[in-house]
Amino acid sequence: MSPVSRGFLGRRRPVADPARLPPGQYLETGFPVLSAGPTPHTPLEEWSFLISGEVDEPVSWPWKDFLELPAEDITTDIHCVTKWSKFDTHWKGVPVDTLLGRVHTEAAYLTAWSDGGYTTNLAVEDVTDGKAWVAYQYDGEPLHPEHGGPARLLVPHLYFWKSAKWVRGLTLTVDDEPGFWERYGYNNHGDPWLEQRYQGD
Amino acid sequence: MIEITEETSRTKSLVLKRPDWPGGYRSGQHVDVRLTAEDGYVAERSYSIGSAPEDEHLVLTVERLDDGEVSPYLVDVLQPGDELELRGPIGGYFLWEEALGGPLVLLAGGSGVVPLRSMIRHWAATSRAVEVRLLYSVRRLSEVIYRDELMGYGELDHVDVAFALTREWPDDWQGHRGRVDEALLGQVAGPPSGMPRVYICGPNGFVEAAAGWLVQLGHDPSRIRTERFGPTGT
Repeated sequence: MSPVSRGFLGRRRPVADPARLPPGQYLETGFPVLSAGPTPHTPLEEWSFLISGEVDEPVSWPWKDFLELPAEDITTDIHCVTKWSKFDTHWKGVPVDTLLGRVHTEAAYLTAWSDGGYTTNLAVEDVTDGKAWVAYQYDGEPLHPEHGGPARLLVPHLYFWKSAKWVRGLTLTVDDEPGFWERYGYNNHGDPWLEQRYQGD
Repeated sequence: MIEITEETSRTKSLVLKRPDWPGGYRSGQHVDVRLTAEDGYVAERSYSIGSAPEDEHLVLTVERLDDGEVSPYLVDVLQPGDELELRGPIGGYFLWEEALGGPLVLLAGGSGVVPLRSMIRHWAATSRAVEVRLLYSVRRLSEVIYRDELMGYGELDHVDVAFALTREWPDDWQGHRGRVDEALLGQVAGPPSGMPRVYICGPNGFVEAAAGWLVQLGHDPSRIRTERFGPTGT
């Protein structure tokens, strides 16, 4: 139980649907930008998306082919480990189910990797059954580079560092291999409803 | 909390008893501050550590955000003797320590100077042979945090501290006038062949521009570490 902070009342903003706000989060109306380094700007003609690692045959799509894959419109709440949540964000992207459906794999984990060197690790079961997308539109517009464009992973049921910006591929792995923030003290899984922010949570 | 010092009209440093963290902390890390109201309502935010690992006390320097929830309490209500619930230290990437070497290039926008001040204090306490250059972009002189300390580094060797005043400057101002530009960044960072380690902290627009220019100038993106704050409104 936390000690009471003398004189703290809080500036409680009415949240229409408080049950949608995970513990320790507050509602944000802007769209903050967080990243560990410079924003990469990969030309679309050099961009491709690769499924590789523990698969029968790697598969990759150049940008033009990627846009031809069946895509979905997604409306979802997102939750950043730095405490902000944003409700009803609108995206368009390709379900990870569709991408993984093009390969045969027994692997239980994967590493999403990005331009700029970022990585994050996920269990395959956390990105399948309609739980994740590779998104390339936000609010009906091409995804801005600061927010991860041309394409980012979208895994809204986990803290947003798992939704790798500038994603270029998924590498299937037999073992769970910690990614960038997961090696720097953040939680391996990152479920906002269990407040899995840091190692040991 | 032991004492509170006013840095600017909107910014105060909270001087806290050093928590008993195993392994201490490193320059560039932050803490989560948790406030709890009498009815159990909780608000949490992250704040960078402004003190160096060698310092006797832990210092959090907080800028009051007028529409904020936690910062107005920390700046206006918290008093010496009050307890503050902290979690930390957090973050393993945006940090500098002696072993990482240099040259060290620190680019601060506004209150983004806080973790960089921890780094320069750590530098002053440990590895003064490494070259360090700090560029601090701020609207006007009255908003410069840690002003006396930062200006005092000019007395030391191997360190250069420069200010860019973006909105207002004194008539006799010798430093940069207006926003940081590519030419100024190029001077501060030096040539890419110098392989500086660059740390940029500030509002997103500042960080995005500065990091982008350095990459264009040929600096290795993997040696540029950024920490950003503030919504973009988009």
